[in-house]
Amino acid sequence: MSVFDQQATRKPPISQIGAVLWLKTNLFSSWVNTGLTAASLYLLYLIFPPLLDWMFFNASFSFGTINFFGFEIKFSEEMATNKNCGRVGACWPYIYEKLYMYTYGFYPRTETWRPNTVFALTALLFVIIPLVKNYKYKNRVILSLIIFYPIVSFVLISGGFGVLTVVETHLWGGLLLTLVIASVGIIVSFPIGVLLALGRQSELRIIKLFSTIFIEFVRAVPLITILFMASFVLPLFLEPGNNSIDKLLRALIGIALFQAAYFAEVIRGGLQAIPRGQYEAADAIGLSYFQKNALIVLPQALKISIPNIVGSSISLFKDTTLVLIIGLMDMLAMVGLTTADPYWLGRETEGYVFVTIVMWVMLYSMSRYSKKLELRFNTENQN
Amino acid sequence: MKKIILDSIDKSQHRGLNFRNLLYNNEARAFFFQAVTFLIVIALFYSAIGNLFENIEQRGIQTGFSFLKNRAGFDILPFLGNYVVDYTPESPNLSVFYVGLINTLVVAFFGIILSTVIGLLIGIARLSNNYLISKLAGGYIELFRNIPVLLQILFWYNLFINAFPHPKQSFSFFDIAFLNQRGLYMPKPIPEEGFIFVALSLLIGIIAAYFIKKFYKKKHELTGIHTSTWSYTTALVLGLPLIVYLILGSPLQFDLAVLGKFNLKGGMTIVPEFLALAFALSVYTATYIAEAIRSGIEAVDKGQKEAAAAIGLSPVQSLKLIVLPQALRVAIPPTINQYLNLTKNSSLATVIGYPELMSSFGGTVLNQVGQAVEILGMAMLVYLVISLVISLLLNYVNKKMAIQGR
Repeated sequence: MSVFDQQATRKPPISQIGAVLWLKTNLFSSWVNTGLTAASLYLLYLIFPPLLDWMFFNASFSFGTINFFGFEIKFSEEMATNKNCGRVGACWPYIYEKLYMYTYGFYPRTETWRPNTVFALTALLFVIIPLVKNYKYKNRVILSLIIFYPIVSFVLISGGFGVLTVVETHLWGGLLLTLVIASVGIIVSFPIGVLLALGRQSELRIIKLFSTIFIEFVRAVPLITILFMASFVLPLFLEPGNNSIDKLLRALIGIALFQAAYFAEVIRGGLQAIPRGQYEAADAIGLSYFQKNALIVLPQALKISIPNIVGSSISLFKDTTLVLIIGLMDMLAMVGLTTADPYWLGRETEGYVFVTIVMWVMLYSMSRYSKKLELRFNTENQN
Repeated sequence: MKKIILDSIDKSQHRGLNFRNLLYNNEARAFFFQAVTFLIVIALFYSAIGNLFENIEQRGIQTGFSFLKNRAGFDILPFLGNYVVDYTPESPNLSVFYVGLINTLVVAFFGIILSTVIGLLIGIARLSNNYLISKLAGGYIELFRNIPVLLQILFWYNLFINAFPHPKQSFSFFDIAFLNQRGLYMPKPIPEEGFIFVALSLLIGIIAAYFIKKFYKKKHELTGIHTSTWSYTTALVLGLPLIVYLILGSPLQFDLAVLGKFNLKGGMTIVPEFLALAFALSVYTATYIAEAIRSGIEAVDKGQKEAAAAIGLSPVQSLKLIVLPQALRVAIPPTINQYLNLTKNSSLATVIGYPELMSSFGGTVLNQVGQAVEILGMAMLVYLVISLVISLLLNYVNKKMAIQGR
């Protein structure tokens, strides 16, 4: 009588496990795929070695001695000049020397602590808001932060209050100016956008007409025409002899109105997504128009539109670079300005690459954040 | 409905007009708020326009559109617009407007084509089951989407001017086209007598091919017999003009660019400003188009592909007949919106001096004449019309593509 004796299981063939399987299914599943893999490897070979050579291996890092929070870090005997940097690689000492310009523009060097404080406050804001998420009075805390943060920041940066000397807006520049324009643009345009969205959804025909015309007009034309309008035509609309409105303020008005139209469309999308029953229930319990919107409709509509609001803010952040066309010295404009310095002629590429890296890091993290928000709100809707 | 009922109750209970009644009457309130808004807007306009005229008078700025007839007096970078309008510095300002308009439309046209091609490739690559291709496409999207387009325009232009070779060391493509820091040199077509017939035959070929295709499609629908038409259509569209061209004895010659002592001579030059602008706009816009294409393809239910396979369609047929028609329904509206964005973004050319509407007309002419209201008004009107045309197109496409209920 034969007995069934179990044999040891054979190991799977090497081509069916681990890295080999992964390579086979993901890179070499067919002849076409193998060809594509080879082509992409060749593309990477074309792009990366020269790029890395330029950025690192052939680049000059002769910063001289850097004082980093009290630590002396010695890169080289002396800081490299434009000439001994050479042309084969990047000349990072140029960026190091102009870093101040890229960050603060012409802001007085003795007053740097003021924008620095604002930067720190901004960072703190992003830490505090998630922290108070479960706090009882979180709405009050967040609301007061949203109201006080811009005021404090504005007073700190522009001065004219107590010990703070006035720093004229034409001295603001670089990353500081970029952040000022973006945050003022967003903060100012948001309430206008809400009003416009409500106006466009309103039953009052004239209000609806005005809102619609404004939104559609602004969205149809490029931002640059609006910036030109703000910078050339707006002063003509003011009372003759009134020169109180400076270049930055004009640009901010243009950007805020422009962004308001885009916010309005985003929020309108949220308003339309609220079920009709919500409006009717609010009417039924006798809420006024203001109460209905402030307590029932807007909280829901805004929550739905948060991912799109963030997306629209990202677009605004990208669009802030356009202010260089009307002569404001934002971060991108600094490239042209600092390479016009006879000492650093012809270093535009380094400048553009540096600004690209800074901008990309900020925009990429913002877009990641908006993706995360979208995901979070999506799951909440499913439950 | 509700309002009418409430109002009728209101009216039946309190006959006669008292103030309190009026205060809580919906219609009265609506009228009041609208009247107030209307008055405020009118007052704002009135005071702004009043100030405008006063300011214009004080500063000695002209008004009206007579400046359009004045001599422009400046050179414009030679590009298509110049040749079409036949622009010289002696031309009036109105010509500058036309030159700018044409250049805007030209860059938008080529930008739209290029961005669609890149976007399609990247969007499909993003969904490839090849790991490397899909990640590269993802990297492309994340990289170029998160850099302001103005920065990209400046970057490519700077690279073009600084990193591309001098004319002497041009990149040469079989001595037919040359690329150097002064632009792309291409053979210039010179149509001779009789070339019009070649163009006509091309047109006839296209029309005939369209009708043949239509005829066989109808036949397919009626009888179920499928006829492959691509050989007829290629013969008509390509073969017919070619035959006419050869019969007439090649009535189209090419003027090739030749390397002179310092520079390339002859041929047709495409200025670096245009190349950098079209490239930057396309690369940037393509990231959005790629995302639209990807979400369109992903929106097609997996069951559709399985059903297509189950009824025996080949992968190509399944893609052509089942997946793409449904994917495009989702992908095309956002893509058309991106075309509008690209056209609007072309106005950023003013930073590199490509002579489109906002840089030649809204820039140089504005600086010379100073009539900001008229000039910017005209420029905005152009963009308004463009965006109106594109939204009409979008509505038409949406209507055409809407799922037809039966």
